[in-house]
Amino acid sequence: MAVETKAAQAAEDKELLISGSEAVAEALTLADIDVVTAYPIRPYDTVMQAIAKKISGGQLQAEYIVAEGEHSQFEIVKHASMVNARVFCGSSGVGWAYAMECLVVTPSLRVPMVALVGNRALDDPGAFGVEHNDALFVRDLGWMLCWIDTSQEALDTTLIAYRVAEDRRVFLPLAISADGAFLTHSQAITMVPPKEKVDRFLPRYDRGDLQLHPDNPITVAPQVNEDWVIEIRRQTNEAMKRATTVIEEAYTDFRRVFGRGPENPWFEEYMTEDADVILIGMGTISLPLKVAIREMRAKGKKVGLVRLRWFRPFPTDRLVAALSKAHAIGVIDRDYSFGSPFGSGVVANEVRAAMYNAATRPPLVSFTGGLGGREVTLEDVHKVTEMCFAAAASGKSDVQTHWLGVRE
Amino acid sequence: MAETTFPNATQVLEPFRGIKRVTMEEYFTSGHRTCQGCESALVMKLMVKAAGPRTIVLGSTGCMYVANTTYYTTPWVVPWMHTQLGSSGSAALGTAAGLKSLMRKGKMKAEPINVIAFCGDGGGADMGIGAISATLTHKEYNSLILLYDNESYANTDIQLSGMTPYGAHTTFSPPGKAKRIIHTRWKKNMAGMMAAGHPECRYVATVCASFAVDMMNKVRRALTIGGPTFIHSLDPCPKGWDYDPMLSHELGELAIETGVFPLYEVEDGQVKYYGKTKSIVEGRPRKPVREYLLKQGRFAHFTEEDLAYFQAKVDEMWQWEIPAVVPFRRLDRAKAALEVK
Repeated sequence: MAVETKAAQAAEDKELLISGSEAVAEALTLADIDVVTAYPIRPYDTVMQAIAKKISGGQLQAEYIVAEGEHSQFEIVKHASMVNARVFCGSSGVGWAYAMECLVVTPSLRVPMVALVGNRALDDPGAFGVEHNDALFVRDLGWMLCWIDTSQEALDTTLIAYRVAEDRRVFLPLAISADGAFLTHSQAITMVPPKEKVDRFLPRYDRGDLQLHPDNPITVAPQVNEDWVIEIRRQTNEAMKRATTVIEEAYTDFRRVFGRGPENPWFEEYMTEDADVILIGMGTISLPLKVAIREMRAKGKKVGLVRLRWFRPFPTDRLVAALSKAHAIGVIDRDYSFGSPFGSGVVANEVRAAMYNAATRPPLVSFTGGLGGREVTLEDVHKVTEMCFAAAASGKSDVQTHWLGVRE
Repeated sequence: MAETTFPNATQVLEPFRGIKRVTMEEYFTSGHRTCQGCESALVMKLMVKAAGPRTIVLGSTGCMYVANTTYYTTPWVVPWMHTQLGSSGSAALGTAAGLKSLMRKGKMKAEPINVIAFCGDGGGADMGIGAISATLTHKEYNSLILLYDNESYANTDIQLSGMTPYGAHTTFSPPGKAKRIIHTRWKKNMAGMMAAGHPECRYVATVCASFAVDMMNKVRRALTIGGPTFIHSLDPCPKGWDYDPMLSHELGELAIETGVFPLYEVEDGQVKYYGKTKSIVEGRPRKPVREYLLKQGRFAHFTEEDLAYFQAKVDEMWQWEIPAVVPFRRLDRAKAALEVK
């Protein structure tokens, strides 16, 4: 016990004023990554700038490779991971799209790479601002996918990401999505833990009998055709199912070691306990939503927020339990899915699908807003809430999707 | 803290002094289903025989992926992994960087492990050229990229690539009544381009498995010199070139003897011709290209005019400042040549 106390005293967190991208770089240094590949595209590239400083400053010992495109960027770390290196990569917008072939192959190869997507609108036309469609490309492919909201969450989630992805029960890639500019570039006070604590939480990556090495002369990814491919898809599916348990375990352990972190890994609930209307969003949209909710609460309107952290695996049961209590649900998508059911964004239709088997299904209203980094205003949120209260009163879901803040 | 450089230690692989001194061990054995007379399968076999057991091989998509590695069977005795069609460069770099990082940080036993990534002409000279080029600039990582060039996308039904010879009949360039020649582009000069464009790549070579000992020794040199290296192998392909499978070896020899494909090494910037190419440089006449072309069904539609064009283009290669290696001509000499006319 005495030793434990001494270690705890020596192991104090330090406070730093850093951006979301810098917080990820702090976590990568603590995780002692082995190979990292960079290629410029805004806004994710701020994380690589931060890593480059860590390398040149001697805080991080890793092979730091500036690639000649995102395709190579992701292929290089994929192969490094196969020989047992802990790797990191990332991109934004069309850069993430350029790497698509390499993103496709990692789940079935069971490569636990961790990537940062600095969410950005897709071309054309060129736009730097946030949209979630880039990261959502991989939602069906066996990538775990989560959205973060603060620098602290960026740091903590990066450590959790390696713990989850590199768990042998999972061995799947994981993308952390951070809203471009709003999070990647915005600074906040962040608690950076000491390495000793991280070492207690995050074991070494061990690929075991899947490691490519002359001592383990395996043949990886031979041609399978119709003889085996469906079994391999099923294995990926089972790994994704197991990830649910592993994520729960990781957050529990994170709280034990670091003394912070959410009870519910899957989503943040803000004033939902007695809420008549629950709004749903991902990422930094939580800020205007929370401010507006406080304003409405002051006027006696019972509104709450569910901010989804994890999109894959999707927390169906817990989300249904949380939403069933409400009289209406409003989903604000920072993405689009043209031609989809009700013309809704991806999150709204996922929530609809999740609620289909629920005993109680509150009416659902879907919104598309904040595209290309457009500000979601308090006025927008008030309008959204009014429409949700109207749906609660009528007991009917709205069949259209409402676009917020569009010049018409 | 001063930056410590981790030496580019390589294995010691002395050249084989003659066919009788070649090791007996095979690291590419049964378990593949390549075509009869497949020269590329021989290249794979000789490549790993030369490299030895402490080797990791990465193979980009192509016939040496699909025909070699079918699930539940493998000819590879050494560790082998598939990589994407355009990723041979990245596969070599990523594997070498992963090993180096782990060894440097004491997370893996330090030892020199050969890293070889192979690609076909489509995967290497077309789609993957950018990644190969990038890898050849990363001098701190030891790797070999071997391009096996059977002059078409042979795995997908023989479509033309940037390495298919002028005029060849492929499924994307069928000769017809209105157009006899669909494919009018001249083949890329991959080895010359890689050597000329990457000043810190210490070793580039061309090889042909018709000359097996030479070929293996070039692989051994590439693996022991340090840093990234590149080898271009010309592989006759009975299916794609349309000839009797027993002629693979002979066609390889003819490609060299006609001067269509030169054999050379570029080591630290020094060009060294070898084998029958060396004799040509020293004055031995080249055989006419028709002896090589007319043995292949893919040129069966060639007229005398086409043969003459092909011959003239090959003759031109031998007029380059560094014959058949780099397509440059010095301005003063070019001017002098014009004045003579």
